[in-house]
This record gives sequence, structure tokens and C-alpha cells, in this order.
Amino acid sequence: MLVYFLRRLGQSLLVIAAMAVLVFIGVYAIGSPIDMMIAPDADQAEMEAAIARLGLDKPLWEQFFIFVSNALQGDLGNSFVYATPAAELILSKLPATLELAFLALVFAVFLGVPLGMIAGLKPNSIAGKTIMTGSIMGFSLPNFWQGMMLIFVFSVILRGFLPSGGRGETVDLLGIPVSFLTADGLSHMLLPAINLALFKTSLVIRLARAGTREAALQDYVKFARAKGLSERRIVLVHIAKNIMIPVVTILGLELGSMIAFAVVTETVFAWPGMGKLLIDSIQALDRPVVVAYLMLTVFMFIVINLVVDMLYCLLDPRVRLSEAKA
Amino acid sequence: MTSDGGQPTLSVRGLKTHFFTREGVVKAVNGISFDVAPGEVLGLVGESGSGKSITGFSVLGLVDAPGRIVEGEILFQGRDLVKLREDELRKLRGSKIAMIFQDPMMTLNPVLRIDTQMVEAVLAHRDISRERALEICREALVKVGIAAPDERLVSYPHQFSGGMRQRVAIAIAFLNEPDLIIADEPTTALDVTIQGQILYEAQNLCRDTGTAMIWITHDLAVVAGLADQISVMYAGRIVEQGSVERVLDAPAHPYTAGLIGSVPGRNQRGQRLFQIPGMTPSLLNLPDGCAFRSRCPQADGTCDVEPPENRTRDGRLVRCVRPLVAQQTDGTAA
Repeated sequence: MLVYFLRRLGQSLLVIAAMAVLVFIGVYAIGSPIDMMIAPDADQAEMEAAIARLGLDKPLWEQFFIFVSNALQGDLGNSFVYATPAAELILSKLPATLELAFLALVFAVFLGVPLGMIAGLKPNSIAGKTIMTGSIMGFSLPNFWQGMMLIFVFSVILRGFLPSGGRGETVDLLGIPVSFLTADGLSHMLLPAINLALFKTSLVIRLARAGTREAALQDYVKFARAKGLSERRIVLVHIAKNIMIPVVTILGLELGSMIAFAVVTETVFAWPGMGKLLIDSIQALDRPVVVAYLMLTVFMFIVINLVVDMLYCLLDPRVRLSEAKA
Repeated sequence: MTSDGGQPTLSVRGLKTHFFTREGVVKAVNGISFDVAPGEVLGLVGESGSGKSITGFSVLGLVDAPGRIVEGEILFQGRDLVKLREDELRKLRGSKIAMIFQDPMMTLNPVLRIDTQMVEAVLAHRDISRERALEICREALVKVGIAAPDERLVSYPHQFSGGMRQRVAIAIAFLNEPDLIIADEPTTALDVTIQGQILYEAQNLCRDTGTAMIWITHDLAVVAGLADQISVMYAGRIVEQGSVERVLDAPAHPYTAGLIGSVPGRNQRGQRLFQIPGMTPSLLNLPDGCAFRSRCPQADGTCDVEPPENRTRDGRLVRCVRPLVAQQTDGTAA
């Protein structure tokens, strides 16, 4: 188990190193931020002074070297726009995105798994067909449009039944402002969280349905019936535990993408999270923030993947054994 | 066939289980009748697709859609299982009637521990503590010859060999001391030495507890060593039925004779193995008359009609107009 873990860790470090190179070169290529930052009427000397101050006059490899040696000391550079450390800036927006993503994840699991199992157990019933049609819509309608429609229905037609933007009232939890502990904050979270969850819910429905249909035909389910178990126990224990393996795997990966790319939802609902910061930074060519954001995202994906692998061990005894041997 | 005059454990009368598929009606089981007495082993023999397994699942009420029982009675200790509601059937399954499946690698749930899968089978039918149930499971594992049961109980199925898994499945079948066990080719997936041990143990458990057993198989050697009665199935019907010794010594139906002839013998070395010509007919459109007609060496014009169920002079049932042994003179079934 430990050997396996260490090997995974080594692979992860390689991925981070490769990403650092790619991200830095990629962002370097999108253009100079200087034109956006200094006054239009500045003269050449002022411009050169600004370039030198930001270290943009040095060759690419030297800039990269400075970036890496700083990054290893935990310094991902200062934002050109806000003049504060980029990592700090991103982390200050992280809680807003995290709580949104987790609420969306809760929706995806607690709606997706039961609905998918119903659709899998009764594929030809009206309920089963309705669920599957709904999941196709969740998949194929564009995310931003779904968001706008949610605002249109719940904020406009229903005259402000749910607020359309912002975080609402927040309270401090361990020094971090969060929305989900106040009624007002929660009502602000509801629409963006549903918007973010819709696609994942559809995905989970499909996974759970496919898993259920496959498991329901297995001999072990028939054997469980032959043992005289109640239908309830067969579905909730024998089938559910088998379908959770793919669901957990996919959701782990999807949680990463929900946190990292809540960009569209956050923009539509003016949710002050990381995604909105990223869009603003790209528009301002705020290079250190974009680089730091991408690096943090890579780091997060790697951590989540590790956690999923560990969860996998808990769910599937066969993995436990083969890993112990690895 | 209840020689002691008592009530048979199971009495199937005119059972028809059909599958309503898009291509048409598949008559998987098409009017079969048999009895199993307490402590008796009935060998249900036939080729793949002859309806053996569906017969077993019909008794348990576990026929998958689009199949269903369309006709007949399944009298278990006098109660007609066909008429029972699902929840009443569920109470019988696993407690009074147990089943052992063909492939031991597939019958245990891969993500649940053995103790979970055994204890739930006990607790589904008895109102006792988990500790007591665990004790019953432990004893059951010892009975089927599993060493170190405490260790085995906390294992997962993938840590067991095929033979061990089938022992666990048999232990589960015997957990609630059922009156009838349906074993659907339980030793087919196992190697010969393990097969021998499992047969021996199953036989002992039945003798000890007076449990009736239906042993579904295509292996005549297994039936010869294990069963008291034999029913030979072909295309959804029982074509011959009687005591094992008589049927195997002097088969009355040409199909039974063909099956016995297909078993490789010791003194046939170097010779081409015998096989029954042709294939099992599609159950979608069975020919009129005897279903075996097109493959039968005895067949002639008289086989175009549905063969009646005749009784031979030594008391066997045979569904053939030209049986290989003498019939009772009156020619009708008793």
C-alpha cells in the first residue's frame, strides 16, 4: 500500500513539473500585459521602467527559472492588477467556489443515483423514460443557457423567489466567509449550485442506470432473490454497492472539473469565486494569476485523484488486494 | 413416485413456462409433470436449452421477463406455488426451497463479505440476533468442509477458489434447513476431484436432513452416482422418467439411448465417438408430433402425431410411439 502510494506521488510530481513548463510557455505566448497596464499616454522610458519592474525584459528561460524557484518557496508571483500575491488572491476566492461545487456534488449524488437506479430497474416504465429524457436535456442544453433560464424562471417570472446573483449574507466559519450557513446565503447558492449540478446529475443518472441494469442481470442478484431477501435489501445493498464504484470514480474526477471550471456558472450568476477571477485575469492579461490558477488546479486534480483511489480501495475489495501486492 | 405412500415434497403438474419474445413464443417448458419425495434426489437431464434450468427457476418463481408460467401447478407440500403472491413466495425462497447455481464465480456478490451474504440469508427468515445467525453460518461452513470458518467468514469471494465458492453457496442453500434444494448444474464449472467431493457432501446433507433435491445436469455419470429418479428432458418436455437403474440400463426413449451412447467409454478407444445427429430444434417453431423425430433413428410415419405419455411394463413413463422397451399392454399412462 505504501509503495503504491509513493509511486503515485512520484507520478504526480512529474505531472506538476510538466504542467509548469506548459502553462508558463503558453501564458507567455498570449502577449504582453504591459499595454493594458500603463497609461496610454506614457512615454518609452516609463514603459521600459514598468517592463523592468515586472521582470519582463529577461529571456523566457530566466523568467521561468525565477518562477520555479519562487514557486518552490510557495511564492507564485504578485498579481499585476491587484499587486497582491496571486496565490493569496486565488485562495481568498476558493471558499466561495468550493462551497458551490460541494453543494452541486451533493445534488448530483442524491438526485443522480436514485433517479438512475429507478431508470435502471424499470427501463420501460414511464418514470424510467422520463428520467432518461430529462438527462439528455441536462447533457445537451448549454450550461450558460440553463443558468439564464433558471434566472428567468425563479428570479424574473416568480418575482425574485430566488436571487439571481451574488453570495448573499455570509458568516465566518474558522475565519472564512461562507454562505451555506445563512438562509440568505443558501438561497443565493441554490440557483448556481443547481446550474452547476445539472450536467453532473445527468452523467450520474446515466452511470447509475447502466450499472443498475448490468448488476440486475447478474447471477448474484438472482441468487440473492433465491435466498429470499427482500427487494429493498437487494436493491439498496447488493446492487447499490456495486454501482457506487464507477459513480465514485467519475464524480471524483468531475469534482475537480466543477471546482476548476465553474467559470460559466460563476459568470452567469456573478458568483465571486475562482472562475470569475480567472475570466477577469485573462481579460486583463494578469499573467501571474492565470499561471497560479492553473498550477493550483493541477495540484487539486492530483490530490482528488489520490483520494478517489483510496476511496476505491474501500469500495472494491479486489483493488485492495492487488494494490497490497503492487 | 412416492413409494412410501406419503405426500411428495414437490409435485409439478403440467407446467408450461413460455417466453414471449419479439420473434414469437418460446415454449421453454411445455407441459411437464414430476414428483420428488422427501430425501429423494431427482436427476433432471437434458441438453443445453432443453428447459432444465427454466424448470428450476419456475419452481422458485424466479423466471425472468419476458418469460412466465402460463399453465400448470407446482404443488410444494400441498400448496400451489403458481398461485402464491410474491411476498409469500419470498418467504419460501431460501427457507423452504433453496437453489444452488451453476457458476460459483458469479453467484456471490463480489463487493460483500461472506459473513454479510450468509447472515442476511438467515436473518431474512428468522428473528434471531446477528451473533446467533453468525454462529449458524459458522456451523454451515464447517458442515461443507471449509477449514478455518472464522477466517473465511470475513473474507471476500475473490479470495476463494471456485470449489470453495461453490461450497459456500451450498452452505448458504442449507442454512435454513430447506425441504427442497434445486441444484442447477452446480458441479459443471468445477474440476472432477472437487466435483466428487461436492456430490458426496450434497448427498450426505440430503440423507441427514431428509431434504428432497432436484439435481439439474447434463452429466449422466453424475446422475448415475447421485440420483434415485431420473427425468430426461428434450425440447421443453420430459421424454422419459423412471428409476435411475432402469433408465440407464435399458433406455426406453431413443433420445435417452442416444444420450447414453454419447458417453465415451473405456473400450471405445480409437473409435469415432457416437453423437446424436442434428441439433436441438428451435423452441420458437417446434415441428408437429414428436420433437425428436428429425434426429431419431426409429422415426417413421407414425411419429407425426403428438406422442402420448406411455407407461412401460417396468413402470417408467416414456413419451414415444415406438419405445425401445415393451409397453404396458393397455398403452395408457396410469
